[in-house]
Amino acid sequence: MSALPRKARAVVVGCGIVGSSVAHHLCREGWRDVVLLDKGSLPNPGGSTGHASNFIFPVDHSKEMTALTLESVRQYEELGTFTESGGIEVARTEERLQELARRMASAKAWGVEPVSLVSPAEVKELVPYIDERVILGGFYSPGVGVVDSLRAGTLMREHAVEMGALTVAAGTEVLDIETEGGRVVRVRTTEGDTDTEVVVIACGVWSPKLARMAGASIPLTPAVHQMIDIGPVPRFEHTKQAIEFPIVRDMDTNMYERQDGTGLEIGSYAHRPILYEPEDLPSVEEAALSPTEFPFTQEDFAPQLEHALELMPEIVGDETVGIKYAINGILSLTPDGMPILGETPEVKGLWSAAAVWVKEGPGIGKALAEWMVHGESEIDLHSSDVARFHEHQGTSVHIKARTAEGFNKTYGIVHPGEQWASNRDIRLSPFNARERELGAVFYEAAGWERPQWYESNASLLEEYGDRVGRREAEWDARWWSPIVNAEHLAMRDRAGLFDLSAFCIFDVTGPGALDALQRVSMRQVDVPAGRVVYTPWLSRGGGFKSDLTIMRLDDEQFRVVTGGAHGMADRKWLQDHLPADGSAELADLTSAWCTLGIWGPRARDILASVTSDDVSHDGFPFATCRTIDCEGLRVLASRISYVGDLGWELYVPSELGARLWDLVWDAGRPHGAVPAGIGVYGTTGRLEKCYRAYGSELESEYTVVEAGMTTPRVKEQDFVGKDAYLRHREEEPAAILCTLTVDDHTSASGVARYPLGREPIVTREGAPLVDGKGRRSYVTSAGAGPSIGKHILMSYLPPGQASAGSELAVEYMGERYPVTVTVVGATPIFDPENARIRS
Amino acid sequence: MSVLVVVERQPGAVDELSLQAVTFARALADGAPVHALVVGAHADSVTPTLGEHGVTTVHVAEDEVFASYAPLAVARATAELAGRLRATAVVAAGSERGNEVLAHLGALLDLPLAANCVEATSGDPARVTRLRWGGSLLEEADLHGDVKLLTVAPHAVSATHAPVADTSVERFAPQLSDADRVIRVSARTQAATGGVSLAEAKVVVSSGRGAGSAEGFGIIEELADLLGGAVGCSRAVTMAGWRPHTDQVGQTGTKIAPDLYIACGISGATQHMAGCKGAKAILAVNTDPDAPILASADYAVIGDLHEVVPAISAELRKARGA
Amino acid sequence: MNVLVCVKRVPLTGGRIVLTDDAQAIATQHLGFTISPHEECGVEEAVRLVEQSGGESVVLTLGPAEAEEQLRDAMALGIDRAIHLVTGGDEWDPQGTAAAIVETIEAERPAGVEYDLIVFGNESADAGGYQVGIRVAHALGLPVATGLKGVVVSDGSVRCEQEVPGGRDVFVLPLPAVVTVKEGLNFPRYPSVPGRMRAQRKPVAVRSPDAVSPRLAKVRLVSPPGQKKEAEILGHGPEAAPRVIEVLQKIGVA
Repeated sequence: MSALPRKARAVVVGCGIVGSSVAHHLCREGWRDVVLLDKGSLPNPGGSTGHASNFIFPVDHSKEMTALTLESVRQYEELGTFTESGGIEVARTEERLQELARRMASAKAWGVEPVSLVSPAEVKELVPYIDERVILGGFYSPGVGVVDSLRAGTLMREHAVEMGALTVAAGTEVLDIETEGGRVVRVRTTEGDTDTEVVVIACGVWSPKLARMAGASIPLTPAVHQMIDIGPVPRFEHTKQAIEFPIVRDMDTNMYERQDGTGLEIGSYAHRPILYEPEDLPSVEEAALSPTEFPFTQEDFAPQLEHALELMPEIVGDETVGIKYAINGILSLTPDGMPILGETPEVKGLWSAAAVWVKEGPGIGKALAEWMVHGESEIDLHSSDVARFHEHQGTSVHIKARTAEGFNKTYGIVHPGEQWASNRDIRLSPFNARERELGAVFYEAAGWERPQWYESNASLLEEYGDRVGRREAEWDARWWSPIVNAEHLAMRDRAGLFDLSAFCIFDVTGPGALDALQRVSMRQVDVPAGRVVYTPWLSRGGGFKSDLTIMRLDDEQFRVVTGGAHGMADRKWLQDHLPADGSAELADLTSAWCTLGIWGPRARDILASVTSDDVSHDGFPFATCRTIDCEGLRVLASRISYVGDLGWELYVPSELGARLWDLVWDAGRPHGAVPAGIGVYGTTGRLEKCYRAYGSELESEYTVVEAGMTTPRVKEQDFVGKDAYLRHREEEPAAILCTLTVDDHTSASGVARYPLGREPIVTREGAPLVDGKGRRSYVTSAGAGPSIGKHILMSYLPPGQASAGSELAVEYMGERYPVTVTVVGATPIFDPENARIRS
Repeated sequence: MSVLVVVERQPGAVDELSLQAVTFARALADGAPVHALVVGAHADSVTPTLGEHGVTTVHVAEDEVFASYAPLAVARATAELAGRLRATAVVAAGSERGNEVLAHLGALLDLPLAANCVEATSGDPARVTRLRWGGSLLEEADLHGDVKLLTVAPHAVSATHAPVADTSVERFAPQLSDADRVIRVSARTQAATGGVSLAEAKVVVSSGRGAGSAEGFGIIEELADLLGGAVGCSRAVTMAGWRPHTDQVGQTGTKIAPDLYIACGISGATQHMAGCKGAKAILAVNTDPDAPILASADYAVIGDLHEVVPAISAELRKARGA
Repeated sequence: MNVLVCVKRVPLTGGRIVLTDDAQAIATQHLGFTISPHEECGVEEAVRLVEQSGGESVVLTLGPAEAEEQLRDAMALGIDRAIHLVTGGDEWDPQGTAAAIVETIEAERPAGVEYDLIVFGNESADAGGYQVGIRVAHALGLPVATGLKGVVVSDGSVRCEQEVPGGRDVFVLPLPAVVTVKEGLNFPRYPSVPGRMRAQRKPVAVRSPDAVSPRLAKVRLVSPPGQKKEAEILGHGPEAAPRVIEVLQKIGVA
């Protein structure tokens, strides 16, 4: 291997599939003097790549993961390291059959084909050694295959080395990553030091250890996943390839079985979570096999033997077939199950490429390289952004709790609304005690406990009767309550109180504050003090990075308010765009302020009863903010509305929160105000108004024009994404965001069904809709519109279908339901003139 | 005080390991007389050699059972003699048979036995240092008992001369029961394999799982043939069924002591190294410059054995003008 | 015939043996465990013997609670039942081990259990004492042959083959007898899944023998002084071949 250069454009640490891919793609993107290190030797340095079960099932409910996987498959194929075998997810239960229908739908939504639902007899034809009496059916993806990830990594490295762009140094262990002024400056290794401003940590399970060297955090944990290999299998005796039969995922038992040459490999995610600290991992010489192959714990696999025997008795029950290999393999798990990618918020120039599985390795390498070189990746990686984590999510307790909880859901049926059970009650708003008294059902976001709805509002069900809407099917009704709809109706009739303390709040101050915010905001920010601006933040390519509000409190003071879920990534984006001369400062005031929202026709009456300030329509115009006195509390009131009704967000310092709640509550009761949860704030309220949400409608993949969020004029000042935005304004959009409503909810068996989101939108005949950029139409958000008595879906549609009255369908749980385009663009379905807001 | 050495039965000669045991016994005896027990025909022909190494008296146990190897009978004779001599220690070579005989002796006398010692200091208890894990680890232990029983790890000491003038010979007929005679060699089968014996070979070429398959050993066999050596393998290879156990080099396989050991694609697990530490020189062929075996190798080639080994064979042929 | 095979739980070491801080044991947190290699062949032999001639096979171990894993492994290959002599975790010396085994065998006699063959490994991979099998044989008044690569039972006797340079020496012993065997005796099978599942349900009899003061008492473990060689790198890849030939010639084997 080569000697370590003294200087490098970038140092990538880790020669597994991820590091090799990142280094390769950086070089393809034009970087030179890239160095790739590993403490182990090549071609197998001893990490997870060397023993990971190397099969790829592209279909995932996550659009991001599916896209990354498809791109990875493309690269593996290009390198000649992909062998197609087909794959079948089998169902042993009725519930699982439903889930398979969901997977079919996701396949359709993300464009993975061909795929099909197959009967037990058909499964038996494909996999003759299965006992089809044990299953009810299967989901067949012929495009599933196995990859030689070690070889792929080797080829990628060789190619970059041949380009003269890459130096590979094996047997080189990183001792320290040095920083100065919060930036990377140097890597120190056992073979010498290298000066560099860019370091990529692609060390799999060792990543947290390296991040800590530099003072950053990568919240993953090494964890076990068991696998055994049995053989020789008589049926595979004359096999010519490593795999000639489809891989089987026995979803209900959290296991898989696949041919591996003359043997059968059986893997399991069903055992108790077995987690480790990176410090627990042995060195290469201490390990009997490799540092990521731990001794097998027999008792943890006992139930799996039974399940494998049930499913494949021909092979597993054969007394001549021996268990030849059994390990507790080590892989990386994260608290939310997504990879950890991007520049760390703590250290500039330090990039994470961690918690990546073989199936998405090459795709992530490419995406990360694009991000590093061009500032953004083609595939939107916001769900994997390392900047997404809130403080408490980096603690060992949290990581362990959530990874343990998530592990056994690896092949699980996870409802889109499903909540985490572990490590709850971390961030409590000052209104928490009152909410409990009112029977709040808490959902968690970013660690905050937020009422989703209130059981004390059950009386509203009677009051609103049929207008509330029920859901008959258990799945549709899971993680939901008709009370949400009742709260919504009560709000539209009277008023609702909303706990919005989970907002992330950042003050930007200083002479450079205006310019800094102009720089990242699409809309005009140079407004008079006391104005509130709602603005998207765009990516360089003109897609969406976020959308939020900015209050101008003073000439040199702006308050940015954004949703808690993506707030930390927004914070880093903003931080990165502050002027280098220090003329603007960012202060995170999330914990300093709490927020109470009050909306509905009675909101003004209620507010007026607690303040002598002028809160009339003329006295307190829409989209303005002002400090008012409310009976002993100084309150920053902001008149905007995400639920599309008259009202305010009320901000007070956190310690005054309980008092504020009581004040507004007492004032509101005589007017019939009800406490209302995020079920209304996040779904029903906004859907009726066709308000877009970041992460649902708004992503880097869709432009402002496609999202129907253009303004008549574009501000003069430069901002990130302006060039692209101007260009997009001149072009025909490839798709247009529309709002649709469901015409008929009745399933074939006569049950009313309610889609929950991410389903494919298709023609009435079932054909998928594909736009000019190859993107498929799918439901970006779904929910009830109680005020209009309809179930509302939003979706980007190709221009041909994007017209009011267009008759389409949504595919849900294996059936098609007729839907009609109600609105093209951003005009609200409910109260299209916005009379309520502006009243 | 005296130390008794049980000399392994060999036709007409004393083996190297027994002479090492005698040397070890001398040190342990620290001036006290060293006796030797020999059995079998022509036993006293070894007296001069034993005398050169410091044995004062050679005791010849005579019985027709000693016409072949009979470990319990030897042990019984040893017990009788040791009692008569009031020996304070009984020592034998840590060979398979030396360990066996002394284990019988320990059972007969209900005394502890420390096998494969590299060092021993007399005392009560005696402090010994002995081999664990085939030599990959050492143990310091206290050995109790009125008579200290121990075997000497092969090559822990070199045999040295300490000539005694007038080594005497004494014969005796030990008291042996029928039961003592049951365990004896009744036949000898010849080894089926021709070719060079792994244990005796001057050159051994071996490979591990890196060979890839049974067929992958073709290039290993080729090089071994050219060098007139034997083929060895790692335990992983025998467990995979690619080579017979007789080819296995290691703690539970064959221990080799060639002039040169060429280890190709072998990482150097401790149990393997325990089998080849007797090699005078080790050449490792490995893709990994940090493989554990390199810490014990004299020479190394960093590379893929599938390329390196044929290249060496080709170069050899060239050098021989073939 | 009834066969008893005795096994010991030992760690599966890698490229380096690391000691605990107090030098009393090997640091095993990254290591798996196994039946000592010679004994694996003993277990296989016991299974085969009983498969061929009927009877019962029994596996016994003296070791910590975790050693049950090795008993289950043996039963997964086909051994019928197990006896676990549970210790506190400290290693027992050969005399103590043999005494406990003998006591156990004698305790089974009143129930009519008699073993035709008792199988040991020639020496354990870790302690390498070379003597437990022989001590047990003496205590039970049975003949014993050691270091065996061949074991053939017929008609009330066992033909034992011990490897020596150039061939094998043959001992014929009357049954009942004790044998100590070496790896290479046979090719042990891998457990099948049904075998593994049955093993979970097979009986393990547990006893807690009293420890006695060891008469060969471990004081501490020491890593042998390494030679710490600096291997001379002759080259990289096939280009190194000429240099290799030079070395071969220098050594005198080319």
